[in-house]
Amino acid sequence: MGIFKRAFKDTLPVLTGYLVLGLGFGILLNSKGYNALWAFIMSVVIYSGTAQFVFITFLTSGASLAEVAITSTVMGARHLFYGISMLERYNKILNKLKKIYMIHALTDETYALVSSADANLNEQYYFYVSLLDHSYWVAGSVLGALLGAFIPFNTKGVDFSLTALFITICTEQWLDNKNKISNHLSALTGFAASLICLAAFGRKNFLIPAMIAIIIILFLLRSKLSEAN
Amino acid sequence: MSDKYFMLMILVCAAATFLLRALPFIAFSKRTPEFITYLGRVLPCAVMAMLVVYCLKDAELFNRPYALPELISCLVVIILHVWKRSTLLSIVIGTACYMLIVQNLI
Repeated sequence: MGIFKRAFKDTLPVLTGYLVLGLGFGILLNSKGYNALWAFIMSVVIYSGTAQFVFITFLTSGASLAEVAITSTVMGARHLFYGISMLERYNKILNKLKKIYMIHALTDETYALVSSADANLNEQYYFYVSLLDHSYWVAGSVLGALLGAFIPFNTKGVDFSLTALFITICTEQWLDNKNKISNHLSALTGFAASLICLAAFGRKNFLIPAMIAIIIILFLLRSKLSEAN
Repeated sequence: MSDKYFMLMILVCAAATFLLRALPFIAFSKRTPEFITYLGRVLPCAVMAMLVVYCLKDAELFNRPYALPELISCLVVIILHVWKRSTLLSIVIGTACYMLIVQNLI
């Protein structure tokens, strides 16, 4: 199978998720009085679902630039992890522009696909996945802003497709026979730290404490995990 | 709000998001410390688990429907995936299941 075809096939779950989530964003933005051109600009240059949805709340509350900067940083802190995991693979990309674009396009879903991709897939595959996912997101949000509230069917619950994507990747990692012990310990660390922090800090604030806890636990487990590999 | 201020807000938000994505590459451009290389190798499984929790954080656990739509749909995805190992199939059936439940169709 060609690399592009393979990338397209692998991004199909993201296609559904992003089109619908993008539609939701476009509709919401449109309801605040901003047209499809704004939706296009935001989805191209920000390209982050969470940041863009929070952005809409800024519009009604009239936030200052400092508030925008701080909230975007706190909300997006999990992206730090994606860069760390992709350092080795993305640092092999010689074309600077391409590398910068792919770092810009490293969303939750793109990260999920590229970080779990087969070792024999090269940077061209990562690039196609990044570009395809980005185009789905832009298409969804522009369409949403154009159509406004005229969506003919009930889409409630369709955003579960992204949750399902992450669950299938988790399951796939769990069943993978290579590095079994270290995969299981790492996944359990992620679940335990996130759930405990969710209970302790609440829905809005648990992500950063969870990230810190994960780093500390993985640090403590490093001899065990390195040995397992 | 003027269009100019709106554009400025977009740029600030975009810059913050991009910097977070780029920071590891900027900080470790010369030499990657051993611990970071190690983290890069073991993080993906932990992060994917964290993302699952993040996606499910708004489930209503203590009142009706007691997170049942999420629980049932997640189990459907996992069981189907262990059985068939087809990502697309697991996602389509799992999402359909969740939509049917939350729209009160079953």
